[in-house]
Amino acid sequence: MKKTHIIGIAVIAIAIAIIITTAGDASSYVSFKEARELAQEGNTTPVHVVGRLKKDANNHIVGMQYDPRIDPNYFTFTLVDTNRVEQQVVYYNNKPQDFERSEQVVIIGKMQQDKFVADKILLKCPSKYVENEIKTESAGL
Amino acid sequence: MINTFIGDLGHFSVILAFVAAVVAALSYFMASWKQPLGLEDANWKRLGRIAFYVHTVAVLGIIISLFNIIQNHRYEYHYAWSHSSNHLPTHFMISCFWEGQEGSFLLWIFWHTLLGLGIIWFNKKWEAPTMAVFAFVQFFLTSMILGVVIGDLKIGSSPFILLRDFMPDAPVFKLNPDFVPKDGTGLNPLLQNYWMVIHPPTLFLGFAATLVPFAFAVAGLWKGEFTKWVKPALPWALFAGLVLGVGTMMGAYWAYETLNFGGYWNWDPVENAVYIPWLVLVAAIHTLLIYRRSKAGLHVSFVLVMVSFLLILYATFLTRSGILGNASVHSFTDLGLSGQLFTYMAAFVVLASALLVWRWKKIPATEKELTTYNSEFWVFIGAVVLCLGAFQVLFTTSIPVYNAFMGFIGIKTNLALPADQIAHYTKFQLWMGVGIAVLSGVAQLMWWQKNDKARLSNALAVPAILTLLFVSLILVLGRLGVGPKIDNPVYIVLLLVAFFAVFANLGMIFTLVKRKAVLTGGAVAHIGVALMLIGILYSSGYSTIVSQNTSGLLYSRDFPEEINRDNVLLFRNNPIEMGKYKLTYEGQFMEVDDFPEYVNKESLFRLALDEHRALARTDLKYKDKVYFKTGDTVSITPENTYYKIVYLEKGTGKTFTLYPRAQINEEMGFLASPDIKNGLTSDLYTHVSAVMNNEEEREWSELKEHNVAIGDTLFLNDYVAVLKGIEPVRKVEGIQLGEKDVAVQADLKIFGENKEYHGHPLFVIKDNMVGRIPDEIEDLGLRLTFMSIDTENNRFTIGVNTTQKDYVILKAMEKPIINLLWIGTMVMSLGFIMAIFRRSGEGKAENITTGKGANQQRSGEKKQVAKV
Repeated sequence: MKKTHIIGIAVIAIAIAIIITTAGDASSYVSFKEARELAQEGNTTPVHVVGRLKKDANNHIVGMQYDPRIDPNYFTFTLVDTNRVEQQVVYYNNKPQDFERSEQVVIIGKMQQDKFVADKILLKCPSKYVENEIKTESAGL
Repeated sequence: MINTFIGDLGHFSVILAFVAAVVAALSYFMASWKQPLGLEDANWKRLGRIAFYVHTVAVLGIIISLFNIIQNHRYEYHYAWSHSSNHLPTHFMISCFWEGQEGSFLLWIFWHTLLGLGIIWFNKKWEAPTMAVFAFVQFFLTSMILGVVIGDLKIGSSPFILLRDFMPDAPVFKLNPDFVPKDGTGLNPLLQNYWMVIHPPTLFLGFAATLVPFAFAVAGLWKGEFTKWVKPALPWALFAGLVLGVGTMMGAYWAYETLNFGGYWNWDPVENAVYIPWLVLVAAIHTLLIYRRSKAGLHVSFVLVMVSFLLILYATFLTRSGILGNASVHSFTDLGLSGQLFTYMAAFVVLASALLVWRWKKIPATEKELTTYNSEFWVFIGAVVLCLGAFQVLFTTSIPVYNAFMGFIGIKTNLALPADQIAHYTKFQLWMGVGIAVLSGVAQLMWWQKNDKARLSNALAVPAILTLLFVSLILVLGRLGVGPKIDNPVYIVLLLVAFFAVFANLGMIFTLVKRKAVLTGGAVAHIGVALMLIGILYSSGYSTIVSQNTSGLLYSRDFPEEINRDNVLLFRNNPIEMGKYKLTYEGQFMEVDDFPEYVNKESLFRLALDEHRALARTDLKYKDKVYFKTGDTVSITPENTYYKIVYLEKGTGKTFTLYPRAQINEEMGFLASPDIKNGLTSDLYTHVSAVMNNEEEREWSELKEHNVAIGDTLFLNDYVAVLKGIEPVRKVEGIQLGEKDVAVQADLKIFGENKEYHGHPLFVIKDNMVGRIPDEIEDLGLRLTFMSIDTENNRFTIGVNTTQKDYVILKAMEKPIINLLWIGTMVMSLGFIMAIFRRSGEGKAENITTGKGANQQRSGEKKQVAKV
């Protein structure tokens, strides 16, 4: 066997190892129902859940609690997933900036007992880079 | 008044640039068609060149028009309105230019025109085929900013669109089509940083520079000049590698300084998108060097040079098409260009693969097999390691693309990026770093000598011994408490190989410098990389959270063991112990123009009419020089608040002050940026995670009245206060006092925790009406109001409201040896620059022999060197 062949085989082997490991590390987007099922089966790999904040009729956020004077590392809120299932989420960190303004929230973590413990929160704020409205102040004619 | 001329000029320039690019591409193509290299059809070539010159002028026209729109605050244009504002300083207007997608495309186009001119002037022999590729690329890029709509098909997004055409449904335009907003919505405050003025142009120059070696490779395949393209392409590939690397690290430094995720690299797809082509490009540089040395590896060189450019296109597609969706925190908005971007990428993938397949068999290869005693063999392995590293990042970063692709063919998938991205990437990239460090040391030693077993082990012995001694010393010192204690075996391996790379390359430099200093470029660059690895190892592997919450106050104890409690609460003027420091939060500060320090908000009286101005409440002094007197109007930056944190090092008693920043911005909400205490051996990185929300949390208690005489004592919110006196006032900020009007102020002295405060509530009678101007003492959460005067009994009523005391939530961490990362970057860049000089020198030597030279003797010298 020529050396180039050995190198070729080694490269392919490493590439396959990379693909397999990545497939193992990759997380998935699930609903709260699936997240609960996974937790009951004893599966502890973190998952992604996409949802919106629970809001009342007046568009106020419901079920959100953050009091830094008591514990700056405890933040909890209620998320409604795409199947309209509600779930209390706990985040052992400070409340992310701009949380209330987010249109969509992606949480990464897992169910523990009756709470979803998030390791990471990603926010999607649609207004962040495009402004499609002229503010009324600037429109003073 | 709406100025449509400048927009029309800009739009005309875009169309002209587009048409000229088409003409240039076709002409250069025709010039080169079926002609061997250097014997192109002169007429077509001339036409192509003229068309490219016209294209360049038109591109300048676009840039001047757009900059004029931004600079003159022409808010009738959407681009100026959405990216700029009246109060933006000029240097940030330059950033506005490329904040939007259209502007960043423009920047890219601009660099291509300059590089194209460089080829026309300096690589005349290759002009026709390479410029055909250039003009073809420009055809695609200018189409992105064309802004033409044909039926349902939208081609490009024009930066010259008027606001009223952008949002025709806005009610204000129905009332008055000529409405022009008075101010823009401003530049994203995170981008108002000097790095953002220089980082995007550098990065785009790097993007643009990868086109040059690609164009040479295409020309080589097309014209059947399979070997000659390497020489002119190599310095360009080095240039692209330098600029792309520096540009990426500038972005990393900006993130470290401005964002608050606690580091310089987050494995965000936007970062990876540049890292991947850079790795492949560096691999390509190495295979090109192998070819220059031993005529081997030409096939691989073709592939890698082409792939690095295609990966740049893929990066553009990833970050600008909106395909990343939730996966990235900072992606561009989708302008509906995904189709166009995909076509652009697909066109070049097809073109490059077709050329390679067509010519593959004809590309010369050497028969002789490289042995393990050939340094080229180990350089090649190094290139393979780089490519594997690139492949790994590419494969993971593309996960959102797989979902989109499966969705496209009708299968729903729910694959997500790894939950812990840092762990995932580190697992592989760390070993890539190990591989590169070992190989760069070994191959560098072998490159400059004839190798056999004995000579090789001789060469390796000294650096290996030095490495062992040095690393043992570091490990021992770590155990003794000097520097971090390293006991992770994987980290020890990385440390060993990185030091080996430093010593091996350093040894080579000492040997080579005697021969010719410019030869050491490679060794210098490798030392830079090794230093970067050590810097990354320490700053990321041994970053420690200083701000552990030790108060014992916990909201819930559900899962205490696995949670890092990284934030602490600091009430104003209440010191808290944190590791070896004692921290005090001392209040909110602001920037005042033309004053060297931050100024306490309490010394500034904000004007209600103009948020960019304030009156000084005291003399603003710095080092005995009075910059502003009491009552002077000063200019401030209203959206930035700096939180003064005083650190007292308990062991030494030394103090220093950090001012982490928070921006409270109507458009973007709350944004925090860190302040960093740079130390020789470690950085202390501090940012606020949350601050008291002034409007929502500042609920004042009900007014409580105190009836007192001068000299009486009051108890306010647990503080003792004394009414020192009542004094008349002649000037009241913001109020015109007439002859019969009266104003008096109470002077209250309040004893705070650390110092005494003075409160001066005002009582004003103007035109027989009573006015009260309260005074707030933010430190103590007090608001004092002078309610009434009882002239008969000489008693005064003071009203007091109390509120929540001001606080910040703070996170602080220590990053050891991070300076090595930045120093390593500079050393690596220096190595690249030396290599560019050396390799372009070779190119010139070639030109001289073909009869265009200046200095025969020097070229002879260089040739000798090249043969070494």
